[in-house]
Amino acid sequence: MVIAERKPIEEILAMVADFKKILLVGCKGCVTVCCAGGTKEVGILGSALRIARKKAGNPLALVEHTLERQCDPEYIEQLAPMLENGEFDAVLSMACSVGPQFIAKRYLKQVFPALNTTFIGGSLEHGVWAEFCQSCGNCIIHNFGGLCPISRCSKSLMNGPCGGSSGGKCEVSNEIDCVWQLIYDRMTALGQVDRMRKIFPIKDWSTSRDGGPRKITREDLKL
Amino acid sequence: MKAGSNLEKVLTSGHFAITGELGPPRGANADVVRKKAEFLRDKVDSINITDNQTSVVRMSSIAVSRIVIEMGLEPNAQMTCRDRNRIAIQSDLLGASALGIKNVLCLSGDHNKFGDHPQCKNVFDLDSMQLIMTLKHMRDEGKVLGGQELDGVPKFFIGAAANPFGDPFDFRVTRLAKKVEAGVDFVQTQCIYNMDKFRTFMKQAVDQGLTEKFHMLAGITPLKSLGMARYMAKFVPGLEVPDYYLKRLQGVEKKKQADEGIKIAVEQIQEMKETPGVAGVHLMAIEWEHRSPEIIEAAGLLPRPKLD
Repeated sequence: MVIAERKPIEEILAMVADFKKILLVGCKGCVTVCCAGGTKEVGILGSALRIARKKAGNPLALVEHTLERQCDPEYIEQLAPMLENGEFDAVLSMACSVGPQFIAKRYLKQVFPALNTTFIGGSLEHGVWAEFCQSCGNCIIHNFGGLCPISRCSKSLMNGPCGGSSGGKCEVSNEIDCVWQLIYDRMTALGQVDRMRKIFPIKDWSTSRDGGPRKITREDLKL
Repeated sequence: MKAGSNLEKVLTSGHFAITGELGPPRGANADVVRKKAEFLRDKVDSINITDNQTSVVRMSSIAVSRIVIEMGLEPNAQMTCRDRNRIAIQSDLLGASALGIKNVLCLSGDHNKFGDHPQCKNVFDLDSMQLIMTLKHMRDEGKVLGGQELDGVPKFFIGAAANPFGDPFDFRVTRLAKKVEAGVDFVQTQCIYNMDKFRTFMKQAVDQGLTEKFHMLAGITPLKSLGMARYMAKFVPGLEVPDYYLKRLQGVEKKKQADEGIKIAVEQIQEMKETPGVAGVHLMAIEWEHRSPEIIEAAGLLPRPKLD
């Protein structure tokens, strides 16, 4: 899923400083699962903003609302009664960055992102998330014991660890496992370590962001 | 001859090679380059010119290589995958060849996090293995990666790096074998201090028949002081400095540590000459170019062969 985290409160306060009536919109998708922008986080941020603005003598009228998802126009449409009558002068979205863009596309309102969209990843333990995919658009992890060197190696190396792999850790940080050590261990355990002798060819990055913004059209699903 | 560089001639004629290293300056002052390179005249077979080493902005390795050529010396231009995509890499290689550069060392590159611009976007379009393949493809097929013919084929003696002390150790010779298969002509290793481990690594390489297919140059970096040795031991990932060298440096007074470090380097070079599969040494006297000559002299590697 998309992992995101909330921007620092000071940054959000500075972004919306000139606005008096704000609709704060959460999302029940990925950002609810990673505890960044669901109903609960909307409540916390809403209260924090109101208190801070009141304290600063610049009170803020803020309404909280959480949508099923912000990455589908049908849910964005549900904001129409609130955003088409002049009740709000700005929207603060707590979705991944798709949400604020969808809201901005549909409504002529100033839209602010309350989150930083960080990566495609998963939860390692309660309160800890890590990156597992860089959406290169052409999955190759089966060549590497099911682990992704594109997203998990700091240099996206495809032919084994650089000289900086030390004690299972990446030279960039002790917090980062060297994915090539993990690949080696797993290939060894699977009895496939010989496959690591094969040179992985030059990658075609045109399926990645390098080919320009991407789009999928499924004719079988179009109405 | 693949490129006809001096380094290639020395290695293929069976001489024990010695290469040096020059770190380009942070600035546009070419005299700094000339001064550093002058120390290495007639002392080494080729001079590695680092490519923004440790991700710190410095004068371009290709430009510095050209300055070195104009001095009548031979460069080995390092090229990393960190800062260029395959378009820029191939373009720079064509330019390098046109400027007379014949040796190129293919590297992944230190991660940008360590340098003076950690905010930058890194590239890594290719990895070092694929960079070797790119050079070989251009040289042997006379084409760019995209398949178009080249008008003027760059002839390079292709180099790569190897770190026998990176983990997982058991994979290191496999990675070397991959580089050989990718088309490497010579390999220079990371600084070696743990000689026992290096010999184990070399034995594996020799037993697999790899060293018949390329020339191995063992990396030597003289320890300037106990402080440097401790730093290398503790903070440089993938580098091992055994306790006996630390103790040896500790055993002499501070003023004499540099001399002791040089003595150690000389001994290491002599051991390398006796190590099966080792075709030469790569002396990386980091910001210590002026001390290189005495090390090379003491190691009995002078005069250098002059080959046509």
